[in-house]
Amino acid sequence: MWTYIKMLEYPVKIKTTNAKLATAIMSQLGGPDGEKGAATRYLSQRYNMKNGKIIGALTDIGTEELGHEEMICAIIGALTKNLSMQEIEDNGFLPYYVDHTIGIWPQAASGVPFSTATLQSTGDPLADLHEDLAAEQKARLTYDNILRLCKDEPDVYDAIKFLREREIVHYQRFGECMRITQDELDSKNFYAFNPTFDTKTQCTSSPQHK
Amino acid sequence: METMNKDELKLLIQKTNFAIIDTNLYLDTHPNCKKALSFYQEQHKLLQSALHLYQKKYGPLTIYGVNDTEKNWSWTDEPWPWQKECDC
Repeated sequence: MWTYIKMLEYPVKIKTTNAKLATAIMSQLGGPDGEKGAATRYLSQRYNMKNGKIIGALTDIGTEELGHEEMICAIIGALTKNLSMQEIEDNGFLPYYVDHTIGIWPQAASGVPFSTATLQSTGDPLADLHEDLAAEQKARLTYDNILRLCKDEPDVYDAIKFLREREIVHYQRFGECMRITQDELDSKNFYAFNPTFDTKTQCTSSPQHK
Repeated sequence: METMNKDELKLLIQKTNFAIIDTNLYLDTHPNCKKALSFYQEQHKLLQSALHLYQKKYGPLTIYGVNDTEKNWSWTDEPWPWQKECDC
């Protein structure tokens, strides 16, 4: 189970509003490679992993992604605080404002609502870990795209830079998870069997297995 | 508490932890209830000692409860909560 810690993983100190930037950064909450999708992906996949270290990595990274989701929400909140009607109309924030005022709602920068259709949990450790490595790279490049937009906003830049760095660390850990998984497979053919599906735990003396 | 086995101690932690979760929820909307405040204190104290004992004897329940210094990092040791230990 989970408990909540009443602090952000890394401080967010944004003093000026910026509706345009808020719309872009929103993609890292509810977009195709955002933090909500990352948390959902890892925390769903962990139930079908067969190695404690990999379950640990997915649990811990998935948990950290929930913290990142909170940071993104804090950033969007700071960027949209006390927006004037003029700022809303001038910065392309009008479509979002009509439905959500300045409430936080998970959507992509394009306005597409958050969807699990952009993530997978396959029940196949190798396929899931390949997906996770790709997911970290896609989130990293999204942060790179955001960083190009906030060069003149040092407080936003600082928080986004921290989040980008974490994608790289997670990518590294998932690479190690991949190696651990492959070490436990048939080295001549990694795809000879699915360790989650094809090898069931033997429990011979239990009545229901007889 | 000292004489409890692993399962008994785990159940005590689950019960006490749930008592805290539920009392916290009640206190969120009744912050001045003296009875709930003192019940929280009592359960919190009990949870702290049970957690300390369990984690020392059987391994960590959170990443803040790891006691390893020389032996291998035990956080990822199995079973995870949804993995049933074979009881045969």
